[in-house]
Amino acid sequence: MLNVKNLTVRFPTRFGDFVAIEDVSISVAAGEIHGLVGESGAGKSTLGAAVISLLQTPGYVSAGSIILGGTDLRALNAREAHAMRGKRISMIFQDPQTSLNPLMTVEDQLIETIMAHRKVSVNEARNSAIELLEEIGIKEAAVRIKAWPHQFSGGMRQRVVIALALCTNPELIIADEPTTALDVAVQSQVLDLLRTLADKRKIGFILITHDIGVIARIADRVSVMRSGKVVESGETAQVLGNPQHPYTRALMDAVPPLDHKIDRFKVPSLEGVEKEGSSTANFAEQWLLEGGQQTQKVGLSIENLNVSFAGTRTSLWQKPSAFKALQNINIEVLPGSVLGLVGESGSGKSTLAKVITGLIVPESGQMYLGEETLPAGNKRSRHHPSRRMIQMVFQDPYSSLNSRHRISTILSEPLWFYGLEKSPSRRRELVLSMLELVGMPSDAIDKYPHQFSGGQRQRIAVARALLARPRFLICDEPTSALDVSIQAEILNLLKDLQSKFGLSILFISHNLSVVRQMADDMVVLRNGLIEESGKTQDLFDAPSAQYTKKLLALTPMMPKAWRT
Amino acid sequence: MFYFILKRLVQSVFVMLAVAFLAFSLFRFVGDPITQMTGVETSVEDQSRLRQELGLNDPFVLQFTRFTSDMLQGDFGFSFRTRQPVAQMITSRIPATLELGIVALIISLFVGIPAGVYTALRPRGVVTQAILMTTLVGVSIPTFVIGIMLIFLFGVQLGWLPTFGRGGTVQIGSWESSFFTLEGWRALILPAFTLGVYQLTLTMRLVRAEMMDVMRSDYIRFATARGVPMGRLYFRHALANTMVPVITIIGLQFGGVIAFSIVTESVFQWPGMGLLFLESIRFVDIPVMGVYLVVIAFFFVVVNLIVDLLYVAIDPRLRVKDVS
Amino acid sequence: MKDFIKRSEGLWLFVHSPAVMVSALVAVLIFLGATLAPWIAPTNPYDLASFSLMDGLLPPVWEEGGVAKFSLGTDDQGRDMVSSILYGARLSLLIGLSAMVIATVLGVGLGVAAGFYGGRFDAIVMRIADIQLALPAILTALLIDGVARGILPPEMQQSLRVSVLTLAIALSLWVNFARTARASTFVEMNKEYVHAAIIMGQRPIRIMLVHILPNILGPLLVIMTVDLASAILLEATLSFLGIGLPADSPSLGTLIRIGMQFMLSGEWWILWIPTLFLVALVVSINTLGDFLRDVFNPGLR
Repeated sequence: MLNVKNLTVRFPTRFGDFVAIEDVSISVAAGEIHGLVGESGAGKSTLGAAVISLLQTPGYVSAGSIILGGTDLRALNAREAHAMRGKRISMIFQDPQTSLNPLMTVEDQLIETIMAHRKVSVNEARNSAIELLEEIGIKEAAVRIKAWPHQFSGGMRQRVVIALALCTNPELIIADEPTTALDVAVQSQVLDLLRTLADKRKIGFILITHDIGVIARIADRVSVMRSGKVVESGETAQVLGNPQHPYTRALMDAVPPLDHKIDRFKVPSLEGVEKEGSSTANFAEQWLLEGGQQTQKVGLSIENLNVSFAGTRTSLWQKPSAFKALQNINIEVLPGSVLGLVGESGSGKSTLAKVITGLIVPESGQMYLGEETLPAGNKRSRHHPSRRMIQMVFQDPYSSLNSRHRISTILSEPLWFYGLEKSPSRRRELVLSMLELVGMPSDAIDKYPHQFSGGQRQRIAVARALLARPRFLICDEPTSALDVSIQAEILNLLKDLQSKFGLSILFISHNLSVVRQMADDMVVLRNGLIEESGKTQDLFDAPSAQYTKKLLALTPMMPKAWRT
Repeated sequence: MFYFILKRLVQSVFVMLAVAFLAFSLFRFVGDPITQMTGVETSVEDQSRLRQELGLNDPFVLQFTRFTSDMLQGDFGFSFRTRQPVAQMITSRIPATLELGIVALIISLFVGIPAGVYTALRPRGVVTQAILMTTLVGVSIPTFVIGIMLIFLFGVQLGWLPTFGRGGTVQIGSWESSFFTLEGWRALILPAFTLGVYQLTLTMRLVRAEMMDVMRSDYIRFATARGVPMGRLYFRHALANTMVPVITIIGLQFGGVIAFSIVTESVFQWPGMGLLFLESIRFVDIPVMGVYLVVIAFFFVVVNLIVDLLYVAIDPRLRVKDVS
Repeated sequence: MKDFIKRSEGLWLFVHSPAVMVSALVAVLIFLGATLAPWIAPTNPYDLASFSLMDGLLPPVWEEGGVAKFSLGTDDQGRDMVSSILYGARLSLLIGLSAMVIATVLGVGLGVAAGFYGGRFDAIVMRIADIQLALPAILTALLIDGVARGILPPEMQQSLRVSVLTLAIALSLWVNFARTARASTFVEMNKEYVHAAIIMGQRPIRIMLVHILPNILGPLLVIMTVDLASAILLEATLSFLGIGLPADSPSLGTLIRIGMQFMLSGEWWILWIPTLFLVALVVSINTLGDFLRDVFNPGLR
């Protein structure tokens, strides 16, 4: 039905043309879900945009053909191209919150879309819309349809978005990361919905995503993209289970398995990363070990922790109700071990990290670092030893480093602030050595953060944490913003550092597979309460809480049977 | 929603009180009201008796309360300069300034908003570049220069329009209006245009910036992907969303119009509140200054309240709770 | 060299916008002229002895009756226009720049602190800003001027004129800075490098100055240019209204006011030449401000 041949898209810049995708060919049949997978910058979104001719200016198609049914899409002028949109091709985006016009009711948006393509009366359009909403799982559609977008929750909103894309009966729908912003359970429902639509209505889908588990779950065929080219294409089971191209193989190797623990990820050597074991790195190692790392392991325990936030006042007569972020939390990180903290968005995991580091003050509860009490944020003096002993690696590599400071400044800060090294020249030596230890080239020291990729920035963030000679590390979603292959490298790095220097780590993530690989023990958090805790192996093999079971069942992953 | 309105009302009252306090402080502490009012011939005993009579020896809070209650009843005291009741002086001038301001505002909105929309939707056209360059210059030329240039061109060289004063006015009750005679309109055009030009350029730039921002949003992309017709896209989707932040600015602009009327009235000798205020500054006529302050703040606060109510009417997110 | 220009996006855009380059040139020229006025102006217009009524009302050199000594003509008192303009621009710039600097320090300081601390302090600062916004800039400036007039004894009035004007203008402009600085600070406060610094236990002052401030300079720079233009315009307006600088130490605005008397009688140069200079100065500053806004906001290009 859709046939893309040798497509090339260019973006003119002041440095010359940037080739976003080159010589790309894919085909999608009616009723087929065709997955488009690759890491960021691979060109997947560009391909989708090119098909529906919604490329961001100044991008343009410079070569190739796009044929839908019998129509040559490139031969159309602007008006004809716009007439195609909705009628034959439609597109849905990642964030349901920003995809809907906040000032129009759902009803209005549906009706205007329907009437734009069919000659029907307003009432007929409304009835079609209501039927459609019911079909995709919004109950009491006749009432709900009159609501505003912000009155729907995330998953429901994405359904509304899907309804809007469907109501014009297109032949092809391009879905650009449709479930990335959704929770696991909701994601599962939406994916099922897409599969049903493809089967029942024979709509072709291009499913763009970076999540291999999603592809495994519902895609019939898949194309793997890298740096603007398609490197491999074929039946999903075949491509994922028995990849032919070395890139695809490396990609599949980097995906953390959900069902068993591996020691280290297999990663091919990549640019910008030094081999370990060079002599300069030893200097930092010695320095870290001097702090008595291996012998003085420190654990963390939390008892009966409660955190609430004051609600916002919306009525004159009612006092605002407090929001309980964490209730009755009891956690123990054994010295020298890794505790995984798992939960979906809103579960309170970040709040917990903030309480430990003192950013948020708990309502009640005790915290202990090793043998000593860990005071709450407002009682913690600026020079309290815990400020050095607990260090944090943050989630967003693009905001965790001050973009206006050089790497040397950023990395020297802990050294002089904590009084660990007084001489500026020794500090610089130490920083250079630490950079090598985390796998960064030494010339990074005089550069600025924006000159590095996300993965490299995370390495720098790890170096910054280590330069405080910490005993306890909090990793808050350290790899969630990174591509799968980079994630594998960083996880390897963390594993190595943890074992070498005897660090105790609190590893926070929403990704079960990652936690499986990193954590010895695990805690499952939901809406501020602990659902379950115990040894990772036990929780995965035989979960006792309902919620844990649901999470495990619904996390999309590749069936073991495919692996050859 | 009700709570929101209530909160805004309370805030407005607070602002008014603060301004009244400022005005009152002016009255009491800048110069000595007694010497201003009586001149050098009055004896010291008479002066202190006057002071007592007027309650100027009473505690601060008492005086302030009296001041505010007087104001609320419409008693604004007497001008140092003309010995007339300030209330009368100001109310006789309000129509002139208000009419000028309204026409200027209308000019700025009816030209500024469409211009902003056009330049946002056709960013690379020749007309757009011309408009942008004109507005850049427009925002850089001080209002009084524009006024002078217009007087020079239309009044002196071409002789088409009068250059001073209000021309023909018609009295309706206590409101002296320029709207009902041709003479009145001829006299109104130049000052209104002068006043409106600056606001126009501001409005245009703001609408342009907001609209360009909105056109890049996801819901516009999605609506395009669904095949919503372009015209409807621009107006029902883009413009409607652009209006939300623009409305606030319009409220602020009204304040600007009233303020800049001072300059315009000065250039054109237009007998409005602004001119009155200017004269009061020159003669350090404190009561008039203080009352002008309060009146302006009042206008401003009322306009902003209306804007907030409009906000609530337009944006459903403020009316109904967010579920996310 | 070409490579360097290409790499710095700002520079590249600058070199490719002729309008902006011209503006920068004009602004720099006027600025230099104003600063060096005491050395390069042919006469000193403040020195009462240096001019005489005999030389009054002479037209510029290219018109009939003009002399080379007074290349742009003279006013009714016999003062040389060139000198008046140079000195006038000097005063205008002095007041404009000082006011802008004061407004920046005050506004940014309060704004960043409000954004950083939040809570009560933020609420108080915003209340004050709200109240001040209820009174447009001109009004505030006029008021402060009026108050100063009322408070200060007559002898001090003259010498403090410049300071009062500067203060009046600065106090009417700080709110813009405060709001923008506060909004930008809020954005930065959500970024993790700030969290990292707070967790470390660094002092708030250090965090605000060393970490946050460098990251919010972009939009602030734009406002600085725009507000400089506003300050100059405000001063000119005040002087034009007769409340600003007096005729014996005139700024460009005062010169325009003086010139207006001669609009109908034909001595056009007394009015239009200072006007031209004022407009040129403000237009070039605004162009630069627009340019900076485009550099920091790629989406609008």
